[in-house]
Amino acid sequence: MALTRRSLHLHLIRPIFSARLLTTASTSPISIETSLPFTAHNIDPPSRSVQTSPHELLSFFRDMVLMRRMEIASDSLYKAKLIRGFCHLYDGQEAVAIGMEAAITRKDCIITAYRDHCLYLGRGGTLVEAFAELMGRNGGCSKGKGGSMHFYKKDAGFYGGHGIVGAQIPLGCGLAFAQKYSKDDSVSFMMYGDGAANQGQLFEALNMAALWDLPAILVCENNHYGMGTAEWRAAKSPAYFKRGDYVPGLKVDGMDALAVKQACKFAKEHALKNGPIILEMDTYRYHGHSMSDPGSTYRTRDEISGIRQERDPVERVRKLILAHDLATEKEMKDTEKEVRKEVDEAIAKAKEMPSPDPSELFTNVYVKGLGVEAFGADRKELRAVLP
Amino acid sequence: MAASFGVSSAAAANAVKSPALSPPSLPVIRSEARPISCRVNKSRKAGKITTKAVAAQAENPASAASKPGHEVLLFEALREGLEEEMERDPRVCIFGEDVGHYGGSYKVSKGLADKYGDLRVLDTPIAENSFTGMAVGAAMTGLRPVVEGMNMGFLLLAFNQISDNCGMLHYTSGGQFTIPTVIRGPGGVGRQLGAEHSQRLESYFQSIPGIQMVACSTPYNAKGLMKAAIRSENPVVLFEHVLLYNLKERIPDEEYVVSLEEAEMVRPGEHVTILTYSRMRYHVMQAAKTLVNKGYDPEVIDIRSLKPFDLYTIGNSIKKTHKVLIVEECMRTGGIGASLTAAINENFNDYLDAPIVCLSSQDVPTPYAGTLEEWTVVQPGQIVTAVEQLCR
Repeated sequence: MALTRRSLHLHLIRPIFSARLLTTASTSPISIETSLPFTAHNIDPPSRSVQTSPHELLSFFRDMVLMRRMEIASDSLYKAKLIRGFCHLYDGQEAVAIGMEAAITRKDCIITAYRDHCLYLGRGGTLVEAFAELMGRNGGCSKGKGGSMHFYKKDAGFYGGHGIVGAQIPLGCGLAFAQKYSKDDSVSFMMYGDGAANQGQLFEALNMAALWDLPAILVCENNHYGMGTAEWRAAKSPAYFKRGDYVPGLKVDGMDALAVKQACKFAKEHALKNGPIILEMDTYRYHGHSMSDPGSTYRTRDEISGIRQERDPVERVRKLILAHDLATEKEMKDTEKEVRKEVDEAIAKAKEMPSPDPSELFTNVYVKGLGVEAFGADRKELRAVLP
Repeated sequence: MAASFGVSSAAAANAVKSPALSPPSLPVIRSEARPISCRVNKSRKAGKITTKAVAAQAENPASAASKPGHEVLLFEALREGLEEEMERDPRVCIFGEDVGHYGGSYKVSKGLADKYGDLRVLDTPIAENSFTGMAVGAAMTGLRPVVEGMNMGFLLLAFNQISDNCGMLHYTSGGQFTIPTVIRGPGGVGRQLGAEHSQRLESYFQSIPGIQMVACSTPYNAKGLMKAAIRSENPVVLFEHVLLYNLKERIPDEEYVVSLEEAEMVRPGEHVTILTYSRMRYHVMQAAKTLVNKGYDPEVIDIRSLKPFDLYTIGNSIKKTHKVLIVEECMRTGGIGASLTAAINENFNDYLDAPIVCLSSQDVPTPYAGTLEEWTVVQPGQIVTAVEQLCR
């Protein structure tokens, strides 16, 4: 990235490239208060004061900017008809993904519904694979066969990526069961929205998780709208963290990455000892439910811009960084430029990838296990290759 | 996730193999003695193949290897299969209602909870959708759950989990996740159980891509199919029948597995091919006795594999007899018979001398009254009439 002479003069002492900013930032602890206190149900809430470090804050900023940029770029790609079908964007909710990643390891599992692009990135997925999958190319994380709603990364404990509302919750319960079975001190985060919170299978899964003390953490990303239906029109009790009844719950400001981090850390400790807990993340999405929803027929533009001004997660971290003098405005703008370039390069690379080969239509339907083959009637000619 | 599980006994730890990587060296009993063309089978290790392999029937002079076996009832054979697999691989676990302390409503898992503990033989609450989903989630990490539907009909509540997650996750994740679950349970028309407890779900599940379906009919193939299903890396739905649990048969002492995709030759013949599965096999065999007395020679094949169909065995039979009768317990509309008719017509049209006749259950909810219930299901007399008409 070419810098002008002038900026070189202005920043002779501070590092120039924002990437170098991250590597030289210190890890000495800073203590920051969350924006709001936690509201708790059947449990003592954790403290408001979060331990973090300059390095962590700067990486929060960079990662959230990356996620935001990726979602905006996906918006343009969708309008250019390079992404088809359903595309559910996560901008506005980045703090949940970032805060969660900061509190856990890759051995812990995350499973979510269809708003999964940023969680995939958070778990270590690359931009190129994400864009390739969105555009249906064979370099995508699911070889182009899954699409926007089916991002998975097994080696990093990211279990997707599910299209049917609420169906991922029992799956998450199964992940927690397997973790308890293998006794490996990890937990499972099963994420769902305020719309899915009214599904019966959630309560079935809660019952089972509580019955067997599974290390399950249910995270409700409450963005207050189930597609076009506001939460108060769909739920008799929109206090989703209290709905577990015997299962303790915590309500968290989902636009504050540090609060999310604190809550997830607290939840992980709790789940390993005492079984399930519900976290309700009070968050907001700027886009509509998906790209086919303008997002303004059921809420006012003032509401959206109000939240953007007052509670935007990226702005909050930016202000924290400036307040603690960890970087300058210019450096952060440089980071944003760098991220934008990175995203553009990834899109260009993904655009060049080919569509999947026609033979891929039949691969991965079955696993070649104990003699699975499908032949034509005479067994001389293979009708379909089922590897 | 690393498959390092807390194994309770050293013996079990030593016995763990990764089934997907090492094809079994057990004798796999096949239903046809003919060798399969090697060109397409280059990746399959055949193991030892016994050439005389009609699935055990009491009057059949079985090979010396299986004579000194032991007698079991069908549910005991299923339990033996389950137990052997649980012993062999600590990742195998059972989920279901009343499978643990109660021992299973049909006693298939009796005693297993005492032996393997409450976590491996898990008594679930009545939440089919969720515990099937839980099994799929556990399978994504490497466990091998066996899900029991107390009655197959209850699994309709879990249809989304079975169809979308169980069947499709391997594909939509681009091959990252395998779902080695077994979903099993009794179905079919029983003795006046009523409409909701007499369902035949094979017709609903048959379109789901990514699952395999098998139906057992004898203690021998029940145990073999159970073991094969557990070892398979694909999700398998194993259909049992409520009325067949007390069938008695002599099965081999040594370990065996049967192929999931093969049909079973029950009675070789020359005049007509009768394709059937599960309980209807017995109605067909009863009709066969009458037919033999009348001078006919029916070839009876138990198709066993409902998805995919074993068109090889079926095709060879059709090429010999040129007439097909399908006898099934599914409803007439959209059942297994309907699909099988279409598949045979597509592939073997040139070999047929007559249109395929398909005898299925009536398209009605199964009534409670005994006489009405009898009329919904195919009876041996109807099979005899159909064969006579077909062979005229």
